[in-house]
Amino acid sequence: MTFSESEQAASLLSVRGLTKLFGDFAACSGIDLDIAPGEIHALLGENGAGKSTLVKMLFGVLQPSGGQIVWQGNPLTIGSPGEARQLGIGMVFQHFSLFEALTVAENIALSLDPKTPLAKIAEEAASLSKAYGLPLDPYAHVADLSVGERQRIEIVRALLQNPKLIILDEPTSVLTPQEADRLFETLFKLKSEGRSVLYISHRLEEVRRICDRATVLRHGKVTGACDPRQETPASLARMMVGTEVAAVHRDETVALGDVQLDVTDLTVKARSPFAVSLKNISMRVRAGEILAIAGIAGNGQSELFDALSGEYPVADDDRIKVRGKSVGRTGINGRRLLGASFVPEERHGHAAVPGMSLTDNLLLARSQPDRKAFLSGGLASIVRSGAIRLATKRICQQMDVRKSGENPLAGSLSGGNLQKFVVGRELDRQPSIMIVNQPTWGVDAGAASRIRQALIDLAKSGSAVVVISQDLDEIFEVATNIAVISEGKLSEPHPVGSLSLERIGLMMGGIHESHSIPDAMPSSPEATHAH
Amino acid sequence: MRIELQKRARVSTLFSVLSPLLALVLTLIGGAILFWALGKNPGSALYSFFIEPLLEVWSLHELAVKAAPLILIAVGLSICYRSNNWNIGAEGQFTIGAITGSILPVLYPEWHSPMILPLMLLMGIAGGALYAGIPALLKTRFNTNEILTSLMLVYIAQLFLDWLVRGPWRDPQGYNFPQTKSFQIEAVLPEMLASGRAHWGFAFAIIAAVALWFMMRFMLKGFEVQVLGQSERAGRFAGFSARRMVWFSMLVSGGLAGLAGISEVSGSIGHVQPSISPGYGFTAIIVAFLGRLNPLGIIASGLVLALTYLGGEAAQLSIGISDKVSRVFQGLLLFFVLSCDTLIHYRIRLIFAGSQAEAKG
Repeated sequence: MTFSESEQAASLLSVRGLTKLFGDFAACSGIDLDIAPGEIHALLGENGAGKSTLVKMLFGVLQPSGGQIVWQGNPLTIGSPGEARQLGIGMVFQHFSLFEALTVAENIALSLDPKTPLAKIAEEAASLSKAYGLPLDPYAHVADLSVGERQRIEIVRALLQNPKLIILDEPTSVLTPQEADRLFETLFKLKSEGRSVLYISHRLEEVRRICDRATVLRHGKVTGACDPRQETPASLARMMVGTEVAAVHRDETVALGDVQLDVTDLTVKARSPFAVSLKNISMRVRAGEILAIAGIAGNGQSELFDALSGEYPVADDDRIKVRGKSVGRTGINGRRLLGASFVPEERHGHAAVPGMSLTDNLLLARSQPDRKAFLSGGLASIVRSGAIRLATKRICQQMDVRKSGENPLAGSLSGGNLQKFVVGRELDRQPSIMIVNQPTWGVDAGAASRIRQALIDLAKSGSAVVVISQDLDEIFEVATNIAVISEGKLSEPHPVGSLSLERIGLMMGGIHESHSIPDAMPSSPEATHAH
Repeated sequence: MRIELQKRARVSTLFSVLSPLLALVLTLIGGAILFWALGKNPGSALYSFFIEPLLEVWSLHELAVKAAPLILIAVGLSICYRSNNWNIGAEGQFTIGAITGSILPVLYPEWHSPMILPLMLLMGIAGGALYAGIPALLKTRFNTNEILTSLMLVYIAQLFLDWLVRGPWRDPQGYNFPQTKSFQIEAVLPEMLASGRAHWGFAFAIIAAVALWFMMRFMLKGFEVQVLGQSERAGRFAGFSARRMVWFSMLVSGGLAGLAGISEVSGSIGHVQPSISPGYGFTAIIVAFLGRLNPLGIIASGLVLALTYLGGEAAQLSIGISDKVSRVFQGLLLFFVLSCDTLIHYRIRLIFAGSQAEAKG
């Protein structure tokens, strides 16, 4: 690739042929990228496209295997995050690196010169956060803050270094729509000061809304560079995914049957200081219904899943009823035997053991409900590997699980394929209740649409489905009813057509059933999405 | 130039097999250097250490006598370690098993019944298991670290044994030696073959190894051990209880260590004395890892480690160096086993300064 001298000189940062190899696998290969001063540049791509690897190289966390980084016209190597900060590159990671037990100011101090007094840091942080519209109390403990506020700490921490380029990795994935709007205002202010922003996302709408230019990655290569405002979400998606993604099809006329899952006034104390207590949660899910539980991460979703699955049974047996039977004190296998099935959020080390084969991971969830088919020898419980291998094969075919070899380790599958397997493992039982936490978290678009379709089809065949999700697009795609969880409290369910995106956003932010906020005109999600 | 470890895309089957052998070879090389530094001829020293004991029938029997407790303890420990429970106190469970198993012959020396031996073995198993139950209880109730508690209980067990044989259990006709009366003939674990000293403890070891191998390979219980060892959260999702697994693995390994203890006292010593083990309980940790925590592999590694004990004794006689050398060999072996295991998951790359500069452009 040849670029004119002037173009390189005008760029704040340009990258030529940047490559990163992990063994034989090229996470990034021959990446070219130019960021001009004062622009918001989007880096688009699906999970696993190489976005994070690329920015880690730009921030000095990883060393490139080949290629060149040019900063303000000077070719250089960035050996460490410290060097990157010195150059004027700031980074806000997707997973925050904050100590929950420390205050905001203490957390900021950790990344600064140790001689700076804490009071001065607190003062600077407070004034910066005010100037950029990021309200933050420097003496608050991180553990007490919402995810959005924690992100502000990371942003303020980056701004304190007076950077020329700020890299944000998937910043809105943890925010409510309102919090995201606020973040965008901050970004525009940074831009007006002549700073550049590298904005990593897979959300097409917001990229079209705020970014000046976009670079699209797929499988570690640049597949397009464009002005996102000139593109449609569909054309951006094509660049990202490579093919058209099958639209999820839903039959609107599913008749609802009997109540399958009945939770009444469930209260569970937090198990650890950083966990969330569940407060008076009630819900009833009927056959044929998909109840989606929306909410921002860390508002009690995993605690609710633990209580519903029976991994952590609750004290009062009658609080949870599965198909009419009280199961509060019953463990997970007892509930599975009654026809319930569960897909937890974390694939590695919860839904599956990464170091074990797929057949072993099949047995993991089904040793008791399918005891007759998979075990023999009475009390000795000898594993019937032949039957398990057949069932594994069946599931992989049904869910189109792509894998290398007959029976690979679960950890060797990509996130999307492992998730298809984990969901398929439960669908294969034809459960009458299915409870899924974040069904398509970190999954590529093709796998996500397949999983969503499978959930819709399951409900149609007469099962009750609970989908706990942070992804509002997903919720509008699959749900019949929507409830919102916030600080361990669950709202009343609302039929999907009666809720606007804005209203859900307010509920996610903790404003519950407040009648002072008039419901916007009942509108379809498409209408609220397209700007 | 620098050396870089690169994670392999998948576990290397070649090195899973090769790594223990490579470790053995490196240990031998390390040993040769050690003997050379001591001014001995490395060739003949290694010969008398590792080959000579294998050439005679009586020494093969000795090998079985030494391997029996190592294998019995190590297969129990392998269940513990596979399930992520770190029982380091097998030496103590061995000692308590020896004590509880010896209660009948010490207190009832006149009881001549064929029932006495099976009862002794059962009491030895029970004693070892109960003693391992203490760290299990502390871990499940108070979340204490079983590495520390089980290790500290070793010293309590050893001092308790010392007090017993110097005090209440001392043989009044024993010229004040700190030891009990010799066991009556019915209380002695008999030899397996007429040709030598190897007793039935070796058979127990093989049976235990094969049984636990079957459990780990084919039974749901073995699956449960592995799942809970790799991920407690996934185990909970499967409906397995990590707490019950603490009890199961500690009781099994304690019981087998107890069986090893009573077999040793009854089969090869014949009475109770202050020192009944040259550190079998600790050496068994090396045996377990050298055998890749696989019960069948442990049979082989148990024999190898037993050879270092025999070789140490032989080397003391024939070339006049301390039998502490066997401990040095055991340490070398563990060190090399653990470091060679790196090769299973990583490949070694030499990076030369020149090529790196080129890569960075």
